[in-house]
Amino acid sequence: MKRRESLKTLLIGTITGATLGTAVSCKEDGTTPIISEVGNNLYGRTPAEQEWDKTTKAATYLTTDELEDISILCDIILPATADAGAATEAGVPDFIEFIVKDLPSHQLPIRGGLMWLNGEASRRYNKAFKACSDTEQIAIIDDIAYPDPDNKKPDMAYGITFFDRMRNLTMTGYYTTRMGLDDLGYNGNYANTWDGIPAEVLAKHEVDYDPEWIAKCVDQSKRLVIAEWDEDGNLLT
Amino acid sequence: MQIKEQAKEYDAIIVGSGAGGGMATNILANAGLKVALVEAGPFFDPKDPTTQTQMKWPWESPRRGASTKRAFGDFDMSWGDWKVDGEPYTTAEDTEFLWWRARMLGGRTNHWGRISLRFGPKDFKHKDIDGLGENWPIGYEDIKPYYDKLDKMVGVFGSKERLPNDPDGFFLPPPKPRLHELYYIKGARKAGVSVIPSRLSILTKKLNNDRGVCFYCKQCNRSCKEYADFSSGSCLIFPAQKNGQVDLYTNSMVRTVTTDDTGKATGVSYINKEDRKEYQLKGRVVMLGASACSSARILLNSKSKQHPNGLGNSSDIVGRYLHDSTGAGRSAFVPQLMNRDMSYNEDGVGGMHIYSPWWLDNKKLDFPRGYHLEIWGGMGMPSYGFGFDVTAFNKFIGGTVGGYGDKLREDVKRFYGAVIGIAGRGEAIARYENRCELDPNVVDQFGIPVLRFNYKWSDYERLQAKHMHDTCEEIFDAMGATPLGDKPGKDRDYGLLAPGQIIHEVGTTRMGDDRKTSVTNAMCQLHDAKNVFVVDAGPFTSQADKNCTWTIMALSMRTSEFVVEELKKQNL
Repeated sequence: MKRRESLKTLLIGTITGATLGTAVSCKEDGTTPIISEVGNNLYGRTPAEQEWDKTTKAATYLTTDELEDISILCDIILPATADAGAATEAGVPDFIEFIVKDLPSHQLPIRGGLMWLNGEASRRYNKAFKACSDTEQIAIIDDIAYPDPDNKKPDMAYGITFFDRMRNLTMTGYYTTRMGLDDLGYNGNYANTWDGIPAEVLAKHEVDYDPEWIAKCVDQSKRLVIAEWDEDGNLLT
Repeated sequence: MQIKEQAKEYDAIIVGSGAGGGMATNILANAGLKVALVEAGPFFDPKDPTTQTQMKWPWESPRRGASTKRAFGDFDMSWGDWKVDGEPYTTAEDTEFLWWRARMLGGRTNHWGRISLRFGPKDFKHKDIDGLGENWPIGYEDIKPYYDKLDKMVGVFGSKERLPNDPDGFFLPPPKPRLHELYYIKGARKAGVSVIPSRLSILTKKLNNDRGVCFYCKQCNRSCKEYADFSSGSCLIFPAQKNGQVDLYTNSMVRTVTTDDTGKATGVSYINKEDRKEYQLKGRVVMLGASACSSARILLNSKSKQHPNGLGNSSDIVGRYLHDSTGAGRSAFVPQLMNRDMSYNEDGVGGMHIYSPWWLDNKKLDFPRGYHLEIWGGMGMPSYGFGFDVTAFNKFIGGTVGGYGDKLREDVKRFYGAVIGIAGRGEAIARYENRCELDPNVVDQFGIPVLRFNYKWSDYERLQAKHMHDTCEEIFDAMGATPLGDKPGKDRDYGLLAPGQIIHEVGTTRMGDDRKTSVTNAMCQLHDAKNVFVVDAGPFTSQADKNCTWTIMALSMRTSEFVVEELKKQNL
């Protein structure tokens, strides 16, 4: 977890004035404090939704063996890097464990796909996927990790379909966590004052602000002054 | 079952707390009248931390915001969507209709797109131009003073453009465009498509001391705890409650409007969802703002000796001329937006900062009526579905599709924020045959007969959708973007979305001067019962190529002021 801490510190250092993921206010310009919810862990659920979450969490679909295989696949899909943790560190297998119960259309393809994978491991190496060496595992993964519109290896098509789903769920599960947002460099979801694209960013693009357009836009220094108009609708303040 | 009566008599009973009902409540209560506001869903306040979704992070939802329980995702602030448990609706054979209901105080105004466009002079008299549909009995000049008051009361940003059919108002200043929007502006201008700052009811500047100012989180669909966007509860109903003139009945599902021997309304009969018992409220006036289809349903269910075909339905017009906006759209990959610089927060307001109002003349086209274009894109907050097919765009740049490991981390960053979308929203022709009516066999869990929809698009709408797709491709081409997916052909109605899907259903109690062909008069007052008014989108004679909310509110304000005057004069 050390890596996460340092990353967070780094981000706090880079993004001026905003503490990612925690309380943020824009009191300095006179508005009321804005984001302070400590969180009730309910993300605003209605009673019926709370009940659904409770029941869904309590249910079991994937077995311990299946989750073990899923964890191996998750970390093949997103292993740790120098700057970011692996998929399992971000809790991706737990997410997959939940989502297949919440969205049951994932259930059979995942269960069947894992069986297919173990069957393939058994055909090639006469052992379960998780018992294979890293090299053996990767040899199988290399055959199913690249969708092929020409279907040159029809025997692998089932594995390709399965791995596509695993890659999708792993990516979603990872990039919707703090660790994933940090890795992405996501920079939003906090109170701020939008005053246009920074000049240095704009300079890298072939488009630019039209002065006539910008003249119509909000003058952020007057945003807290109550609006008044003349009778023709011209803003006076 | 015994029906319990309330002894108290109200000046007005308002059914539904969305845009129309909220406005009526505000005007009447501020005029000192005693109001009962009856809402089928529970209480909701965007400020309440127990129901708040604004500023939540994706991981706070175990499904990462997936749409399992809410059709527009976990964080969308609508309790109820295309389906409401225990309250079904049906469709006639070979037809399709999707009906969105938000069961909560404020209704759909808690999550809507805040696109706030005035109808223009042509929109009220379009039959004069193309011979189709029907003219409104009122014109732009009749509603203009109310749009003006509404702008100042609720707040809308925009810019003065002096366009003939997109009237200017009293605007707050618009926010500056974001990067993907600059690319759109470039493409649209090259393709000959007008583009101007958008017009949304979001406070980019302080409007009064009761509401906050936008802090640019891009989450208006989650409802703003600072009340910086327009929601009926926070902006109309709560202020109206201050003087104690409003009794709020939540979880109260109106079944019928009750009438006396003369055919006048006496109040409403509703089911309390908590004890499942029926109650009656008495009022001098009933104002229906339950939504175009729900209000039609209540009227159709209000059968009596005096109104055997349902209240207000001697013409057999209630439920007819139902129409929704048309919709079609496309997304595209923008190579210039690869490898985005993420050093800044570009969230902006909830929704687009720019849009394209209708820019062509239908005389030169093979379909009547226009459409506008809405633009989306940018570096949005990841949620369920993010990273799906993350490698797919490699096919556009000669890279490898598929793979695993560090390559995926590179791909996800390379393509993040490199997609732009355009959605066309246009005007359909209101038709007698397109309707909602009572299903003869089905009731909801409260024993109330449900609606059966019978709606079909015509070639007018299909050809308009085809044109939307052609336009999208021209704009994408002009901005150097690659359209994604296939262009839908005739076999798929050129990508025209199902009726109801744009959630702009209007016209079910249309207004007119002739009581044989309309349900209400120009004041949204039933021809058949002078103390019953409709304040939602039901009275729209036609939808424009605009969103309907601003006109619902302006009309509701106009009707409400009329009701106040008429009550004073003892005319109702």
